[in-house]
Amino acid sequence: MSGARRIGEVVLSVQDVSLAFGGVRALQEVSFDVREHEVRAIIGPNGAGKSSMLNVLNGVYHPQKGKIRFKEKEFAEMDSHQAAAMGIARTFQNIALFKGMTVLDNLMTGRNLKMRCNFLQQALWLGPAKREEMENRRAVEEIIDFLEIQHIRKTPVGRLPYGLQKRVELGRALAAEPRLLLLDEPMAGMNLEEKQDMCRFVLDVNDHYGTTLVLIEHDMGVVMDISDRVVVLDYGRKIADGTPDEVRGNQKVIDAYLGVAH
Amino acid sequence: MSIDIAALDTFPKLLMHHARVRGGKPAIREKDLGIWQTWTWRRFADEVRALASGLAAQGLGRGEHVALVGDNRPRIYAAMCAAQCLGAIPVPLYQDAVAAEMAFPIQNAQITHALVEDQEQVDKLLEILPQCPTLKHIYYDDPRGMRHYAQPEVASYDSLLAAAGDNFLDAEIAKGRGSDPAAMFFTSGTTGAAKGVVLTHHALIDRAKVAAEMEKLGDDDVVLAYLPPAWIGQNIFSYAQPFVTGYCICCPESAETVMTDMREVGPTYYFAPPRVLEALLTQVSIRMEDAAAPKRWLYRRFMAVANRAGGALLDGKPVSAFDRFLYFIGNILVYGPLRNVLGMSRVRVAYTAGEAIGPDLFRFYRSLGINLKQLYGSTETSVFVCIQPDGQVKADTVGPAVPGVELKFTPERELLIRSPGLFKEYYKNPQATAEAKDAEGWFHTGDAGYFDQDGHLKIIDRVKDVGKLADGTLFAPKYLENKLKFFPYIREAVGFGHGREKVCAFINFDIDAVANWAEKRNMPYAGYTDLASRDEVYDLVRECIERVNADLAQEPELANSQIHRFLILHKELDADDGELTRTRKVRRGHIAERYAPLVQALYDGSREVHVEAQVKYEDGRTGTFSSDLKIRDAKTFAPQAAKRAA
Repeated sequence: MSGARRIGEVVLSVQDVSLAFGGVRALQEVSFDVREHEVRAIIGPNGAGKSSMLNVLNGVYHPQKGKIRFKEKEFAEMDSHQAAAMGIARTFQNIALFKGMTVLDNLMTGRNLKMRCNFLQQALWLGPAKREEMENRRAVEEIIDFLEIQHIRKTPVGRLPYGLQKRVELGRALAAEPRLLLLDEPMAGMNLEEKQDMCRFVLDVNDHYGTTLVLIEHDMGVVMDISDRVVVLDYGRKIADGTPDEVRGNQKVIDAYLGVAH
Repeated sequence: MSIDIAALDTFPKLLMHHARVRGGKPAIREKDLGIWQTWTWRRFADEVRALASGLAAQGLGRGEHVALVGDNRPRIYAAMCAAQCLGAIPVPLYQDAVAAEMAFPIQNAQITHALVEDQEQVDKLLEILPQCPTLKHIYYDDPRGMRHYAQPEVASYDSLLAAAGDNFLDAEIAKGRGSDPAAMFFTSGTTGAAKGVVLTHHALIDRAKVAAEMEKLGDDDVVLAYLPPAWIGQNIFSYAQPFVTGYCICCPESAETVMTDMREVGPTYYFAPPRVLEALLTQVSIRMEDAAAPKRWLYRRFMAVANRAGGALLDGKPVSAFDRFLYFIGNILVYGPLRNVLGMSRVRVAYTAGEAIGPDLFRFYRSLGINLKQLYGSTETSVFVCIQPDGQVKADTVGPAVPGVELKFTPERELLIRSPGLFKEYYKNPQATAEAKDAEGWFHTGDAGYFDQDGHLKIIDRVKDVGKLADGTLFAPKYLENKLKFFPYIREAVGFGHGREKVCAFINFDIDAVANWAEKRNMPYAGYTDLASRDEVYDLVRECIERVNADLAQEPELANSQIHRFLILHKELDADDGELTRTRKVRRGHIAERYAPLVQALYDGSREVHVEAQVKYEDGRTGTFSSDLKIRDAKTFAPQAAKRAA
């Protein structure tokens, strides 16, 4: 199936990025690129710097060194608002939804950047605010349909099982119509069936919306199955980069995962 | 107008008629992207015309068969009518059937064209394509995930609508005769292989019309179509009857949203097999158990009043003024809100059929003021054989024959039916046809029963299932099972006893109800299998069984059918393992065979039995599972001791 999907030019490239927290060097001169429409995985043992890398990409952390190129523009560091405005959305390792709000409302928050009306217009439910609400609701309903969560539309998120919450979070990220979607361990803590569902949705997102995906994942089976190219980090350094098959056979990767006698 | 309608002897003619006389009235609604979208009769007719032209251009001809696979969607029904316009015969198939199950109908009916809902169904058909050489065209409705399918057989539903010119169509529609086959339904097959039941336009239209007149259905009625369209029960309510009366059907958004959709739609005419009613009651019971103490008290108090007065009020029987007053209060405080939660506030006529319904379950709905009635029929009879008329509703009968139907019994108590709604034949199976329908046109139902003193038909069980215990007393397993299944904790039961000295049973508990019960007791558990091995759960089930036994002890002819021993099965009975039919009826013979060692253990007095089972996963793989099942005894009651125990 992925053969028919057209992988395009490089949309994002990271050059020699280094990030340190005091004496802890989380990332050391990491470089890689992400192509349009591809599924790019970042893997590595615990503490390898995967989540830090994602946080650098959407501007939560600011690297001390290096450059990030996104959509033909070069940045020394990203700003999170700017990243969102440029079409970078993400999900979190620990679900970060509004627990007391319904699924629908949570997804609507994902449309935040698409809303232009001011507070007064919305409070008084004026024409433009109403139209805007309807447009956005429609977009959200399409996502609900896409993710097959019609039955929980009006359910508060806190009452949902974990697997569904993860799906809702993916939905909220999709609501922003991102060009680049960062997924931080979308399948962590799921059972086999939930994982299979999630894999299907991730691939569908990629296929249907053409969204470029960068994902962190621990489940090797998942990574090898769904990603086009894989970056491997270990102790903040890039140790391998390539197709799943290339990475699988790489001695450094095997050492990093299985340990090696020093 | 009435003369007009009588001349309309096929479904396409009826559709064109509705498009003319009530073109602006809603025909089908579907919830899409959270909003109910309406097709008027005119829009429906336009869609059917466009689709029929497209299918004609794709070579669909008179007498050919078209498979329809999907959930209730306007387009599935449009496809059904479009095929009929061309004189082709639609064959709805169960959308949840696995691919292998679809191969037989397709081969048997030599299906050439298939219209399916989505990628899932396309995949199934492509999988069996090599075994089905006649199948040349597969059209899908939902394009999701379909972009990379390059198979020459696969095309979109939308591509069919683009065909030009439907001038020839009116002539084609006019060519249709009432005696032509209108549709073919494959019976679920509790016995042997599936058979294609061929029903004519005349049979379906005649029965739909008689029943609609009896209940005074009109074009303002609304029905929620939520059961598989491949089942005649759904098809008659969401296709034949709306085409006769012009009422509107509503398609839910997804299987999970039926409850919410039903509340939004507020159907006036409702049909549910006992299983669905049971599930609803279980949900109500669970939610009431979770409610605060004052609410629980209120519910108990007023349900007692409803039990006493509700059914009688609905039947127009005399009720004391005080009870009337209490019922009035209860209606404001409990029954009204409850009907609203169930989505049944507007229900004028509700039917239940498909299998026998537990009397308590039946009474529950009637006591709430919902006009639930029983219905008897089958695929072979275009459903309507018996209907309980208003005011003559009883829990244990299915009512007198509807106009046009003749009934009689064989000496073995098997029910025979002659009706204008009878099927034409089993497709390409003259032997089975001859066995089921004799030379004088009597259809042998295989159901055992008798008429009660009011001339109402009473069905006890299948003829082949009614057995005798070793001492010669009557054993009707379904009767026991239904009694057990009324308890919210018990989902499925299988009784054994024919030719044995006592009755024993397999139990499947209801996972939702028991899980809730376990949570209340702070009992951690891993899942069904784990709960099934707990002594606490065994005690819970035993109490239910003992209450049934106490009940049975009061019925002289069934007192010997009390359940002596039981076990809780390690897995839920499942249609994918062939243990239930697709309409979720227990396949007794298959279960007895598959679990023969368990049945033996029930009778040889052992306290435990080892089970090693093969499990079929949804993706088709198989695995094995082994565990030790406990067997427990239940208390039985001597007939005279019954009063004290109850």
